[in-house]
Amino acid sequence: MLAWTIYISFLGAAAMFLLPKGSAALARALALLTAVAGFAIALTAFVQHRTGEMLTITRVPWIPSLGIEYHLAADGISHTLVLLTGIIAVTGVLFSWNIEDRAKEFFAFYLLLIGAVYGVFLSYDLFLLFVFYEIVIIPKYFLIAIWGSTRREYGAMKLALYSFIGSAMVLIGLIAAYVAAGSTSTSLGHLANYPFSPHFQMLAFPLVFVGFGILAGLWPFHTWAPTGHVAAPTAASMLLAGVVMKLGAYGCLRVAMTLFPLGLGPWDHQILGLGSWRDVFAVLAVIGIVYGAMVALVQRDFKFVIGYSSVSHMGFILLGLMTLNQIGLAGAVMQMVSHGLLAGLLFAVVGRMVYARTHTRELSALGPMNLNQVIPFAAVTFVIAGMAAMGLPGFSGFVAELMILVGVWHTYPVLAICVGIGIVIGVVYVWRAMQKAFFSESRVESLPPEHPLPPISFPERLGAIILIAASVIVGIYPQVLLNIIVPALNSPLFEGLRKGSWQ
Amino acid sequence: MNPINYPQLLQLALPQITVVVTAFVVMTVDLLFLRKQASRVRFAVAASLAAIGCTVAIAHILLTSGQANILDGTLIANPLTHLVQIAILSLTIFTLLISVDSTFTEHVGEYVLLILLATTGMMFLVASQDLLVIFVSLELLSLSLYTLAAFSKRSGQSWEAALKYFLFGGMSAAFLLFGFSLLYGFSNSTSLQGIAATIQGPALNPFLAIAIVTTAIGLGFKIAAAPFHFWAPDVYQAAPAPSAAFIASGSKVASFFIFFQIVTIGFVGAGGTATLPHLVRGWIPVLALMAAASMLLGNLVAIRQTSLRRLLAYSAIAHAGYMLLAMLAHTQQSLAALLYYVVTYALATLGAFAVISVVEAQKGSDHISHFEGLSRQAPVLSFCLAIFILSLAGIPPLAGFFGKFYLFVTVLASTPRTADLLWLVALAIAMSAVSLYYYLRVLKAMYVAPPAAAVEELRSPILSQILVAVLAVAVILLGCAPHLLLKPILAAIQASGL
Repeated sequence: MLAWTIYISFLGAAAMFLLPKGSAALARALALLTAVAGFAIALTAFVQHRTGEMLTITRVPWIPSLGIEYHLAADGISHTLVLLTGIIAVTGVLFSWNIEDRAKEFFAFYLLLIGAVYGVFLSYDLFLLFVFYEIVIIPKYFLIAIWGSTRREYGAMKLALYSFIGSAMVLIGLIAAYVAAGSTSTSLGHLANYPFSPHFQMLAFPLVFVGFGILAGLWPFHTWAPTGHVAAPTAASMLLAGVVMKLGAYGCLRVAMTLFPLGLGPWDHQILGLGSWRDVFAVLAVIGIVYGAMVALVQRDFKFVIGYSSVSHMGFILLGLMTLNQIGLAGAVMQMVSHGLLAGLLFAVVGRMVYARTHTRELSALGPMNLNQVIPFAAVTFVIAGMAAMGLPGFSGFVAELMILVGVWHTYPVLAICVGIGIVIGVVYVWRAMQKAFFSESRVESLPPEHPLPPISFPERLGAIILIAASVIVGIYPQVLLNIIVPALNSPLFEGLRKGSWQ
Repeated sequence: MNPINYPQLLQLALPQITVVVTAFVVMTVDLLFLRKQASRVRFAVAASLAAIGCTVAIAHILLTSGQANILDGTLIANPLTHLVQIAILSLTIFTLLISVDSTFTEHVGEYVLLILLATTGMMFLVASQDLLVIFVSLELLSLSLYTLAAFSKRSGQSWEAALKYFLFGGMSAAFLLFGFSLLYGFSNSTSLQGIAATIQGPALNPFLAIAIVTTAIGLGFKIAAAPFHFWAPDVYQAAPAPSAAFIASGSKVASFFIFFQIVTIGFVGAGGTATLPHLVRGWIPVLALMAAASMLLGNLVAIRQTSLRRLLAYSAIAHAGYMLLAMLAHTQQSLAALLYYVVTYALATLGAFAVISVVEAQKGSDHISHFEGLSRQAPVLSFCLAIFILSLAGIPPLAGFFGKFYLFVTVLASTPRTADLLWLVALAIAMSAVSLYYYLRVLKAMYVAPPAAAVEELRSPILSQILVAVLAVAVILLGCAPHLLLKPILAAIQASGL
């Protein structure tokens, strides 16, 4: 049943071509219908799923001579992320209600992207996972290059090339692992159980981890993210930050760390005080957190603030992965969900509610527009989303960051302090952006807007409410996700990791 | 030596004979009855006759099974050669059908004749393990292709390209012949098996080394591998579109297959290794260097191209580099990977040239700027071109991706230690990441850029649309279900016992 999330999205994308010419409204309706159907399936499956263990959905031989199977399966982590994808897909359509130019193509690419994302989260066969992972790249490129803004062709190309270089690294690692394991199966379970030599794992782990990490905004390979987010149309930014970056983090956890757990082990010697790849990536993640926050602090472009805040928040996820303890890993998955919801919301406010009306994102230009009175809903939404992103209790961000911090405290007490600094800077940049954009003092009273800004439309309100509600639900009752995430982390699949240095 | 069994020889060569007879029938019909007709009618009649001839040949190959080997490999037949011949004939049919709507020549009969003669050359080429027959059929193929490249008499560029092709080709044929003569002098045999029998032992005779290098030069020219690629950009750009498509597809399949045969059967004892940093002399390091040079040069130079045909030429050089990796591996699986790769590559290239020829006919050139906004002028054609380009770039779920994946897997699996050829595979994958940049530029022109000022619907002939759509469906299908092609290839290799 869950497999239909993939098929229905692809079918929806194909159906776009059958619509009559120039029927933007019809395309929107079809896209919304498809996204809602996908979400409904995801939600049903999520509710029915109790135990968190890996359950096969579909399994048929695909390329028998290579041992490749069309094998979809889902555990608690997959279910959580599929649900997140469903939510983002629906709200993304709601926030692209203003697309008129080539709307059919827009939604076709959009649904293709969504379908492939579902596919990645549900693949159990690594060849299949890689296929879906690469399908994501092309629609992403077109969504940005055709419907984007600021330097869109540059941003789109940069993003496509970074993604492709990342997936090339992953491909090298996967092929090497597949061949080293005897070229009999690309199934995740088979490869995870295969005892690769420690030397091999030591080389393959960083390759695959960085390959996926590029898409997860790993510092210093994050530079595609701010430019890509800024150039993208609202729905594409939401997807990018909301789910596509999660693909990278998911790949790090599901593929790199599961396949090559020994790659995380200590080296024979220390370099610059770092004793393992785990230390290296933990430090890079912390640099990402602090650096992203500090750069966000000085941006003049509203969307760049959010773009860099994404880098900062993705750092939390990678750091959570590197703690290798249960609370840290679970926190990382929680942060994937939390950041997916909140980054989606922030980009929706900036890209759709503000930029589509004011046609500027310069903080200094937005200030005099008196936005908190003109479009109060946008101001309120941004305040809520900003508070949630800062980590205010009651929202999903708080739970996730707290879990990660606890995990880090167990393993890297020094880094935990640096993360604390990053969180403080996070508060500052959100505050600064909020004040400059919505509550600026430098009001020009004598500036009557020639064209009054259109009010916030119903789809926008609905989308914002869905995202805020989801974040609040997760924040108030995190068990709803943790109940299936934690058992998934305790499953045999992650045994290699647990044996490594699970505390 | 056994006495020659003429009936058997004739029977084995029947598909080739069918093609030759078809060629003469086509020319006769065209010159005797159709000279007064419009060139489109003449092309339609000639191409359909030729396609029927090729289909008959395919049917004949399908119906005769079993293995044969006449005169120490002078003419052989086994499931594998049959499979490759069918692939070549199918590509020829597509090429013929693509040329129906072209207007570059009035000499329709001769044009189709040359295509069929080239096809005959290829069919003999893949069905022989004898140096003399290989050389003669290679020359039959090459001479036909030189003329085909020059066929657009009104275009000076076409002449120039063909002359370049001819001069380089002549030189490389001389190298090849020199290498072959050394091999013969060395082993006193023209059959690949006989040569292999004399090349034994670890020490490499310097004459043998020369023979290996010159043979590699001669065949490297045919597959457009760097540094013997100089003809490719000009020919791809200036030759008439169907000729260029034929050179880029069918002849690649045949050349790669025979190249693989020569090195794996003939030079079996003189492999050497390409493991860094311990290169051992033999044909493997030679091909490894060619592969690395082709991948680097092809991909990097393609970035700067503004003409789509030239871009495809440089990408062809890069693809030749990838395919050479399969030869380095020289296992059964890698032969399967090579065949899968080269066939799917040929399909995608053929389709791309078919689209180019339609666009060129309307807009006058293949400059990438002429593809701007194509997605709104000709949605079907641009969608199909996007499929071909993405397949060349190796994006799943298209055929090009599985081709690359399988190729790299077999290369890594070919050596006892996985890491032996890893440097080449890593280079190949890194370079295919580079290649996405220039492929995306084409897609960007089609989908992102606004159409030129005077927007008019692009008139695309219905036949071209159907052909292109068929090729696109084939590329998607082979990508989603690689087993459709892989299974017969593997079965044929098994049955042929290579």
